[in-house]
Amino acid sequence: MKAHLLSRGMHAWLSLLFIAVSWFPLVYAISTSFKQGSALFEPSLWPGSATLENYRALFHEQPFAHNLLNSFLVAAATVLLSLGLSLLAAWSLGRIAFRGRGLLLGTILAASMFPQVAILSGMYELVRFLGLYDHVGALCISHLVITLPFTVWVLVTFMRQLPKELEEAAWMDGLGVLTVIFRIFLPLLWPALVATGLLAFIASWNEFLFALTFTLSPDQRTVPVAIALISGASSFELPWGALMAASVIVTVPLIVLVVIFQRRIVSGLMAGAVKG
Amino acid sequence: MAVRLVSGMPPAGVGAAAAVPMAPLARRRVRLAWVLLLPMLAVLAAVAGWPLGRTLWLSLTDATLSDLSSRRFVGLENYIGPDGVLFDPEWWNAVGNTWIFAILSVSIETMLGLGVALLLNHSSRWRTLLRASMLIPWAIPTVVSARMWSWMLHDQFGVVNHWLAGLGITSVPLAFTADPDLALWTVVLVDVWKTTPFMALLILAALQLVPSDCYEAAQVDGVPAWRVFRYITLPLILPAVAVAMMFRLLDALRVFDLIYVMTSNSRSSKSMSMYVREQLVDFQQVGYGSAAATLLFLVIALATIAYAALSRSGRKGEAS
Repeated sequence: MKAHLLSRGMHAWLSLLFIAVSWFPLVYAISTSFKQGSALFEPSLWPGSATLENYRALFHEQPFAHNLLNSFLVAAATVLLSLGLSLLAAWSLGRIAFRGRGLLLGTILAASMFPQVAILSGMYELVRFLGLYDHVGALCISHLVITLPFTVWVLVTFMRQLPKELEEAAWMDGLGVLTVIFRIFLPLLWPALVATGLLAFIASWNEFLFALTFTLSPDQRTVPVAIALISGASSFELPWGALMAASVIVTVPLIVLVVIFQRRIVSGLMAGAVKG
Repeated sequence: MAVRLVSGMPPAGVGAAAAVPMAPLARRRVRLAWVLLLPMLAVLAAVAGWPLGRTLWLSLTDATLSDLSSRRFVGLENYIGPDGVLFDPEWWNAVGNTWIFAILSVSIETMLGLGVALLLNHSSRWRTLLRASMLIPWAIPTVVSARMWSWMLHDQFGVVNHWLAGLGITSVPLAFTADPDLALWTVVLVDVWKTTPFMALLILAALQLVPSDCYEAAQVDGVPAWRVFRYITLPLILPAVAVAMMFRLLDALRVFDLIYVMTSNSRSSKSMSMYVREQLVDFQQVGYGSAAATLLFLVIALATIAYAALSRSGRKGEAS
């Protein structure tokens, strides 16, 4: 039994409060997204005359479907690249002791901490050089800066937890290193890969600074940029209904993923503990 | 490297392997390890190392965004020249804002996060729901949470002003994002909402590592709960909490999305990252902006090194 700091009643109240505060902005956004016209300006939670007009406008008056596809493609490509590269690296860093390993791990950790804005001009030049300016490809490259150090770090942590005997038997049988990684480690690392991949996906899906800077035309934008740049006739007339509809569309898939995979995500976050 | 404290994973001894002469098989494996590391290292060098180096170099030139190639080497002009970053009051304003933001939000998040972690460390039927709720603010994109809160905090139609008026706390609606006195606090509020769960998660990980026999012994002796917390739990989780705070601090020092979306035209909440991007993109001053970016990089690097040195001396102190 653990020491009880709080009485049972207090615990229930605080839990309720925490749950309410966590969910309220999303619930309120959902409610707003079904409102139109003057109903928007009444703060009631239940929309009187619910309408899907905001959702319709989003897809008809803006390239929002395109933005969603961009976000998805960028995140998927980034995740696949990072996982592939870091799986190989994780074997080296997690299972083999060699000189300079600590330094390498330190450098990778440092790379995940430095401010993205510090490489903005250098990255801009690189993107220009590759001819990817104003193209979603630029985002795949720049998002690797964010996801790669993280996926390497987490996979190394998981790789170390696997028993040593596993590999020894395979080496005795004279299997090649790639066979060992893909036939022996990969099946055992599935849960870790799912967790890490999800975290990397969310990081890329949510990324804003690079996406804002390296794309110009509306149909190359990712969703966060599209949402940040939705504007009305003046700053006082933002289309709040459409904005909230867009927010709901971007958030709901993430919420579903999070609720389904919450255990995995928590274990991944705890193993990485590098970035939120 | 302090992440280990959080993940509870001691590294395998590297030194031991280096001291013993290696068998040919082991040497072959080390070579293989480097081969497999190479793609990752090459990509990391290309997308992080190279751009960082170029930013450093560009900061010594007068490059502009419209024409990056025709630039002149100007030495440290962008830093310490009469119009250099270090003599720009706007830069110092941004530095001040960023530190205030970072320190405020990290301290509030730590305290609330500790509370939430204690709440979750209790086994109860709420637990699954609590954990799912905890991940909600974390998973919502920053841009989206900024928009959601901007709407809730809207000066005329926002639900928060509606409540405040309803409860008789305010007579005039508050302009949370437009009022220069409130803008920074508003950004802190939203950041706290978004990041407290992450903090709570890290602290929870530490709480779960506290051996339960400590609690049992205390219970047998009839020690009151708050004393158990003060003298057993807190000292045991403190190192992990410090690590979590450090990560959050480094993260908060580069804040951009939230401020860009919520209060982009307010001087009173402009952060260092905002300042850098404004110089680079809006004013097209790549050389000057790169100098500011380099300074931001140095601030964060120094904070990291200071922390690493402190924690090392702290650990030595414990050992002796």
